[in-house]
Amino acid sequence: MKIGVFICHCGENIGKTVDCPKVARASALMPGVVYAEDYKYMCSDPGQNLIKQAIKEKELDAVVVGSCSPHMHEKTFRKACSSAGVNPFMVEIANLREHCSWIHNDINSATSKAIDLIRIAVEKVKFNEPLIPIRVPVTKKALVIGGGISGIQAALDIAGAGYQVILVEKEPSIGGHMSQLSETFPTLDCSQCILTPRMVEVYQHPNIKLMTYSEVQNVEGFIGNFKVTIRKKTRHVNEELCTGCGDCIQKCPIKKNASSEFDEGLAKRPAIYVPFPQAVPNIPVIDTSVCTYFKSGKCQMCVKVCGRGAIDFKQEDRLVEEEVGAIIIATGYKLYSIDKKPDDYIYKGYGEYGYGQYKDVVNGLQFERLASASGPTAGEILRPSDKKPPKKIVFIQCVGSRDESKGFSYCSKICCMYTAKHAMLYKHKVHDGEAYVFYMDIRAGGKMYEEFVRRAIEEDGVKYIRGRVSRIYEDCGKLIIKGEDTIAGEAVEIDADMVVLATAMIPQENASQLAQLLGVPYDKHGFFQEVHPKLRPVETSTGGIFLAGACHSPRDIPESVAMASAAAAKALVLFGSDVLEREPVVAKVNETTCAGCFYCQKVCAYSAIERKVLKNRNGNFIKEVAYVNSSLCQGCGTCNATCPSKSVELIGFKDDQIFAEILALAEV
Amino acid sequence: MNYGYYPGCSLTGTAKEFDSSVRVVLSKFNVRFDEINDWSCCGASSAHATNHLLSVALPAKNLFLAKQQGFEKVFAPCAACFNKLISSKHEIDTNKNIRSKIEDLLEEKYSSSPEILNIVQLFHNIGLNEITAQKHVDLSGLKAACYYGCLLVRPNDINGTDDNEEPTTMEKVVSAAGAKTVKWNFKTECCGASHSIAHTDIVEKLSKKIIDDAEKNGADLIIVACPMCHSNLDMRQLNIKKHNPGIKLIPVLYLTQLVGLALGIEEKKLGLNLHFIDPMPLLKSKLKIEAAV
Repeated sequence: MKIGVFICHCGENIGKTVDCPKVARASALMPGVVYAEDYKYMCSDPGQNLIKQAIKEKELDAVVVGSCSPHMHEKTFRKACSSAGVNPFMVEIANLREHCSWIHNDINSATSKAIDLIRIAVEKVKFNEPLIPIRVPVTKKALVIGGGISGIQAALDIAGAGYQVILVEKEPSIGGHMSQLSETFPTLDCSQCILTPRMVEVYQHPNIKLMTYSEVQNVEGFIGNFKVTIRKKTRHVNEELCTGCGDCIQKCPIKKNASSEFDEGLAKRPAIYVPFPQAVPNIPVIDTSVCTYFKSGKCQMCVKVCGRGAIDFKQEDRLVEEEVGAIIIATGYKLYSIDKKPDDYIYKGYGEYGYGQYKDVVNGLQFERLASASGPTAGEILRPSDKKPPKKIVFIQCVGSRDESKGFSYCSKICCMYTAKHAMLYKHKVHDGEAYVFYMDIRAGGKMYEEFVRRAIEEDGVKYIRGRVSRIYEDCGKLIIKGEDTIAGEAVEIDADMVVLATAMIPQENASQLAQLLGVPYDKHGFFQEVHPKLRPVETSTGGIFLAGACHSPRDIPESVAMASAAAAKALVLFGSDVLEREPVVAKVNETTCAGCFYCQKVCAYSAIERKVLKNRNGNFIKEVAYVNSSLCQGCGTCNATCPSKSVELIGFKDDQIFAEILALAEV
Repeated sequence: MNYGYYPGCSLTGTAKEFDSSVRVVLSKFNVRFDEINDWSCCGASSAHATNHLLSVALPAKNLFLAKQQGFEKVFAPCAACFNKLISSKHEIDTNKNIRSKIEDLLEEKYSSSPEILNIVQLFHNIGLNEITAQKHVDLSGLKAACYYGCLLVRPNDINGTDDNEEPTTMEKVVSAAGAKTVKWNFKTECCGASHSIAHTDIVEKLSKKIIDDAEKNGADLIIVACPMCHSNLDMRQLNIKKHNPGIKLIPVLYLTQLVGLALGIEEKKLGLNLHFIDPMPLLKSKLKIEAAV
């Protein structure tokens, strides 16, 4: 084998602490090395040409580059060698920068360490084998989980590029939390007015298959090749026959037994309902927990009035299987409820704020419904207890956010803005009203955000008090808010008519279970985890699964939309090629020595190890052995280290390669 | 197993009616208990202001004694004693550094401490059903405001209450004993605590707010489980009345006294005659005490 060694100075990065020409001279003397050279920037075009030229002139079979970390330029050098006719997997990188020059001061010892690192790589490359990348086909169809604004945006982007999308939403309608909002900051445009056209577009798009009232039940497979099982929950209404006329809803005798989820419990809804008038699809659902027919077998009023015969009490859940190449998670958030909790609940709650105890203490989403023209008060701000306009209202920020002892350590990010918006909307509607905001800091980073908060304070006269509230209690029909003004340095007491709590944003119900189902990481709060916080913010560590919106962390509408488009772009990159190439660095089982203990299967984090039955030529059972699904294997090597009979090897990092590296050091 | 009883200083002095009612009520329930032999000061409010280690070591000495005397559970009716004992236990259990200092000071190895209960928790241990079962006198004419104060429900996380801002454990005991409870706002507000001597005006102001709110919400009496709360609400009430002639006097009873009434125990044995605000007129009008067993 003819090996070439190329030492990079990386400008002064390596060259300052490592005597590169000396390393090259020492390398040239190593057994197997036929050529060695150093150069100022090996990754530059002339540097790469140097390698290519040497490969041709010296007929090299293998190349060792002493340079920066393989994370930086392994690809560059592999490509250069490949174009000169050397298999890319016959290239080894010795990390002379991060592992040597950057962390040492003394030139002599750094140089001798660099020579050792080169020797290790040279000994390893002798055992390298030419490898061919693994190719897997791509199913050019995406699954989007969650039909809020993020999911809608991602689905529209992918569908717009000409690919099929399945949009799964667990509620009866798409729209998510955005459909509940009154106006949006910082422009105060009506939320539904900008959202509903998008919802309709989703419904009408030929490339989008919309599955509402459905949940993802199972996911198998890997990037480009996922098999998904979706549970389509029964609406007890035949979607093909229903025209959405609403007669059944009008005539349903159960008007007041169920509280409306869409109105956050501030209004009632019938047993058969659509969540809100602009729902997409406009097909009702029967809530079997309150429906008289499902409780006593009587009534059937909806059946009688439905001219299309669409009501189907016998309809059952259906399982739908789909094959997709990419998955976008857009499951969103919910608000932390500070209601009284069962004793074993992990979060302590804020009993002192009286949420759930006093009717006029509401949360942010409830206030949105009160301020919304489509809400239970038709947009008039009326307090829930006596339906009178509150003359004095107090907003409290950071309830559960930035409070490790009672809630969560993180900032929910949107509350400063929506509280300013709430206070502003209140002042616009109740002209003689007084609005107070208790805050810790105002975090209004964003285009026109700070200006928006200033407008609330300066133009609308909202009174901001920096400090926390210790207690809220009711006295003579007033809510007494006891707090602290930390700027004035005194205690404050406000007798208000209504209180709005900006409670923390937390991940949607069952987000962590979904993460486990999909095999993607989530953080301690249950938010989905990106693979790199800066450079890969919408990708998960599982190939082909991307993140959009508040399922990742608290974020507002513009950020969610931007993230959704980014996730869609990542899916489209995947769909841009017919086959995927991946590194062949995967585990391989020696079937002759494998004893079938399957310890490897237990430790594999990627479910890549399967069971395989070996039969002799007569078809008789010999034994069961482990088999690595190379599409799923991520090449981590855990199985390799676990195998008691040394029957699993990691290609590219085989035992003899590792031993060669160790011996290279031991011989000195 | 017998409970260990840690009376603390208050129950031997200003709150001796708390002590006598604890003893007589527990004997009615056949709860066996022994006073911890040779118990000493818990440190209460003065030790932690002097030296942190001292404030851990003083209760620790009693925890060590209780352990040596074989008690697995210790109850401390005084809320301050309870608070100091659980805080010290928590610190020794979780802070190795403090533990080794305490071991050096007390010249003894630490293995574990007994479980520490306050009087509300002790009643829950006895069982709410048991309280209801032993009830002899109908207290349903009484409307009680349960006042927890601060020390009974703090520190957060380690005191074993259901909610340190909106606790309900005392209400459950009072209901089990047959009295009504009122919903009110000030059950964990500050009574002024040990400012009682140096800043009586502050205590009177704060205690007045508590009394006002209890009355406004329809309470006939206030139930406490802390000698400090009791003295501030009961002893200072006459002075509050002097400055605020409008207020109505309201009796303040210990939880054990209320349970004792339900069990039909004679009022003198419960020390009901030792309060500044005499509860007897109220009790006589609302209950048929004479018919007691």
